[in-house]
Amino acid sequence: MIPAVLAQVGGTRAAPLQLPEVEYSAMAPALILIGGALILLVWVSVVRRRPPWLWAAFSLVTGAAAMGASLWLWFDVRDDGPRRAVADALVVDGFSVFFFVLVSATVILAALLGEGYLRREGFGGPEFYVLMLLSASGAMFMAAANDLIVVFLGLEILSIALYVLAGFHGRRLESREAAMKYFVLGAFSSALFLYGVALVYGATGSTNLVSIAQYLAGNVALENGVLLAGMALLLVGLGFKVAVVPFHTWTPDVYQGAPSPVTGFMASASKVAGFAALLRVFFSTFSTLRLDWQPVVWGLAVVTLLVGSVLAVVQTDIKRMLAYSSINHAGYVLIGLQAGTANGISGALFYLLAYTFMVLGSFAVITVVGRRGDAHHSLDTYRGLAARRPTLAFAFTVFLLAQAGVPFTTGFLAKFYVVSAAVEEGSYALALIGMLAAVVAAFFYLRVTVLMYMTPASAEEVTEGAPPAQPRLRLPATTGVAVAVAVAFTLAFGLLPSPMIRFARQATLLM
Amino acid sequence: MLDVAYLIPALPLAGFVVLVCLGRRAGDPGAGWVATSAIGLAFLSSFIAYVQLLGKDGEARAVVKPIFTWIRAGGFEVEAGLLVDQLSLTMALFVTGVGTLIHLYSIGYMKGDERFPRFFVYLNLFAFSMLVLVLGDSFLLTFLGWEGVGACSYLLVSFWFERNSAASAGKKAFVVNRVGDFGFMLAMFLVFATFGTLDYQGVLSRVDVLTATTATAIALLLFVGACGKSAQLPLFVWLPDAMEGPTPVSALIHAATMVTAGVYLMARVSPILALSEEALTVIAVVGALTAFFAATVACAQNDIKRVLAYSTVSQLGYMFLAVGSGAYVAAVFHMVTHAFFKALLFLGAGSVIHGLHDQQDMKHMGALRRLMPVTAVTFIIGWLAIAGVPPFAGFWSKDDILLAAYDKSPLLWGVGVVTALLTAYYMSRQVFLVFYGGERWRKAPTAGAHAGGGGAAHDAKHADDAGTGGHGAHGDAPHEGPWVMTLPLVVLASLAALGGLLNLPFGESARLEHWLEPVFGEALRHVEASSAHKQALAAAAGGAALVGIAIAYGIFIRGRRTTAFEPPVLQRAWGIDALYSALIEKPGHALSTFAARVVDARVIDGAVNGVASLVRAGGGQLRKVQTGYVRNYALGVAFGATVLLGLVVMRAGA
Repeated sequence: MIPAVLAQVGGTRAAPLQLPEVEYSAMAPALILIGGALILLVWVSVVRRRPPWLWAAFSLVTGAAAMGASLWLWFDVRDDGPRRAVADALVVDGFSVFFFVLVSATVILAALLGEGYLRREGFGGPEFYVLMLLSASGAMFMAAANDLIVVFLGLEILSIALYVLAGFHGRRLESREAAMKYFVLGAFSSALFLYGVALVYGATGSTNLVSIAQYLAGNVALENGVLLAGMALLLVGLGFKVAVVPFHTWTPDVYQGAPSPVTGFMASASKVAGFAALLRVFFSTFSTLRLDWQPVVWGLAVVTLLVGSVLAVVQTDIKRMLAYSSINHAGYVLIGLQAGTANGISGALFYLLAYTFMVLGSFAVITVVGRRGDAHHSLDTYRGLAARRPTLAFAFTVFLLAQAGVPFTTGFLAKFYVVSAAVEEGSYALALIGMLAAVVAAFFYLRVTVLMYMTPASAEEVTEGAPPAQPRLRLPATTGVAVAVAVAFTLAFGLLPSPMIRFARQATLLM
Repeated sequence: MLDVAYLIPALPLAGFVVLVCLGRRAGDPGAGWVATSAIGLAFLSSFIAYVQLLGKDGEARAVVKPIFTWIRAGGFEVEAGLLVDQLSLTMALFVTGVGTLIHLYSIGYMKGDERFPRFFVYLNLFAFSMLVLVLGDSFLLTFLGWEGVGACSYLLVSFWFERNSAASAGKKAFVVNRVGDFGFMLAMFLVFATFGTLDYQGVLSRVDVLTATTATAIALLLFVGACGKSAQLPLFVWLPDAMEGPTPVSALIHAATMVTAGVYLMARVSPILALSEEALTVIAVVGALTAFFAATVACAQNDIKRVLAYSTVSQLGYMFLAVGSGAYVAAVFHMVTHAFFKALLFLGAGSVIHGLHDQQDMKHMGALRRLMPVTAVTFIIGWLAIAGVPPFAGFWSKDDILLAAYDKSPLLWGVGVVTALLTAYYMSRQVFLVFYGGERWRKAPTAGAHAGGGGAAHDAKHADDAGTGGHGAHGDAPHEGPWVMTLPLVVLASLAALGGLLNLPFGESARLEHWLEPVFGEALRHVEASSAHKQALAAAAGGAALVGIAIAYGIFIRGRRTTAFEPPVLQRAWGIDALYSALIEKPGHALSTFAARVVDARVIDGAVNGVASLVRAGGGQLRKVQTGYVRNYALGVAFGATVLLGLVVMRAGA
């Protein structure tokens, strides 16, 4: 019957529908993630025996497969050059593959984190993993998008799954509240983004990033208000995702309320994907409009750096503190974008790479210290952690120091890289503000570090025979692995960063 | 061949790692011995490296020992290594040497403390960081060590964090040092932007490309960093408060080693300083003012450690005066002799505090020379050395500085001589109050219940531990410490007495000068003066010292005065602390609280150690009005979007 209908449609004098050729191999990592999610869903409804470790294990395998596919693509792109796929809607260049690798890494680490968390909180199902895998596939689409519509699709795939994940811990009021807030504000910013897409389309006649760039290169618009307004709205939409001030308002509340592993995933994957789209759209597509967006990005970077670091200082909740810290980090990535040079972009990429591991590691520690109920996030909880869990405290120290930008960690190089890119371009004021923000930021990172190394005044309690103030923390093996990987990455590539610097340098955009 | 130079920082690091892993098992005093032998061996290694260096010619003595290539990407290469030359080795020798003695002393002093192993973990980490600071071959490694010693200082000052004052002192040190570090970081970026490298050799061999303006900027920014670390005006406020730490920490970190890091940095970049007369003048003036200012404040303190703390600030001022006058050798010379006598004085003070069961107020001491003979004799040697009485070490190094200052400007020399007089006075006052006069400690209130002159708390924690676990039952009479405490005193006292031999101003015996000369090269200024002129200046300095002592003798021995008569404004350090508090701390706190209220309503209290329950209660309150929030947030986003749109469209219209 269907062929008949199709024949009828075909018969109505319309041209036959031209379906673009889909190059599946080009999108293999994202497709693996989606496939993994689907298999998980089918599995849970078909097979009766479902040991609880299975979901995590399967997600790990999926993440590893995506990582493998990404690496294969990396070498493929390096040898045979970048390619476009699905009728130019996607582009697989070094830049996108760099993000495929990064997102695969977040999937692996987040799956390791999730396992211990879900078991502790008593969640049995695979929903967490399914949502995370789908969300990550959205992140990959954003990174590879060569069309504003595809950016939007990726953004929504990423976000909708994240909204649900944020509210995953349904018994916790904060979690539900975070999901609600994130959803409402996210929808709001998506609308702004979409409006921006429409305006840009109106001004240039295309949503394809390359066509837009070509149009802008070939035509000089005398009245480009519509275009610039569209560009500004795109900046708002993506700026929301990566938590740039003044579009950051959701961040502290959502980071605080969402389950800790989800926060870690959100802080890494979502921010990374948002920046992937932001860097591509602004650096490559709107490169001819550089003089128009550079001052705006300059201003956003300044307020983001300052608000992020100053407000982090007054926080008393570790997750809120790290939320502001992540806002502060976004400011540094913006410094790289603002430079608008190849060095600036590779600096930004290196920053995101370093940041991903630092932030996931930090939230791994936070997940453990949060204990059952995921409720112990006051800074006071960290007092004396070194005495109770020396290794965990050491790992957290590494993450915090790296975020503060201490030499011989990846965090130092990341900051150094973007700031020197700004200096090269003569943005001395921005470099200065970046360093000032680093000085302020060092304060709150070191504050937590010092708290951990100061044992609580437990001497009296012990002598009085009272039980210790804090119960022993349980560190699940999987979380331990995640923390170890993140520490190893942060220290090893802080000491010998050359491979990662090369990685970030070779991740070039297809212009 | 494994070079012995690598061992210098590696040994304290190894000690640190061993103690972190096995500290608890090693316990008390095992952990102390591990740490002491680690740094003792580092001293030995430094000495061997010194002998090796002696075998080479003067110019070939600066050797870079690569550790590894840190970054290799494209044409960009950064190496990390050790720079072993006369300057860094001099620093390494006295850091490890004095460090070993203080480690040894700490075994006795910290006995019975419940965190005994932890203390030595920090001490070894400190020694490692300090050695990285002085031996690093680039600004970056120095900065790493710089931050490391800062962190250790912070940890050690707050070692007895149960006391509120100790915790807040640590915080103060941290915040003030941030200001200095900012200067250092900016200087580093400026250096990197100018030279494309941060290696000392790469930078300092090409300083001729610098314009005068850039040289001044780099020099002054580095000086800001040095001011923070070396407690110069106006960033000195943290050092007196840092005396809250255990006394060996005050001796090691806040007198002998870490606080001299700023002077070391200045000496290291002497070729840059030499390009900027303005910067040198600023440094000299700040140094002289700090020396004078801190000396006046030291005259009015009653807490035995705070006198020494302000004295340290004052002596550091002398060193900067020397740097500013281009007399880098004199600065290093004074740094070394100061390390000897100030470490000695602090350890002596620690011995007194220990003996008097944590009494720090000099008003409640007196006549201790009979009961604590070793401490008294060694302390008196330290006193004569710092006061500048010939032939003790301090006289020679101070004389060198004053000579150079006279060459720079007689006015600076005048300030220096007056400061020398004040130094002799306040140190004599201290000695007379502590070791002479009546036995006022008999009537003293029990330690711990009494708040000392400067508002400092006492080593109360230590009192408990010493009483129960320490050196057996002792009566109320002051007593001498165990041999691990007296031996370092004796060694340091001999060094303080004989340290002048390092650089006597007679003919060929100026050993330190010959040794260090290749490092500074043309940056070093030689004072051309007749020997009669030099002798007159030396006589003036020596005379000032004797006058100061005589005045103190008249007041405190003849006049038997024990109560304070100094103007209270001096006791409060000319009110600078209060000024900072009023100008910066309070408005800053108000501003951040205000900002937090406006921008982030969930924050209730900006306090670092905010009470968790308060926050939770506050959060609960706020959650009740939750409905308004999403709307507010959306409003924020919309507002931002509008501003952004407005800006962009205005641009389009223009």
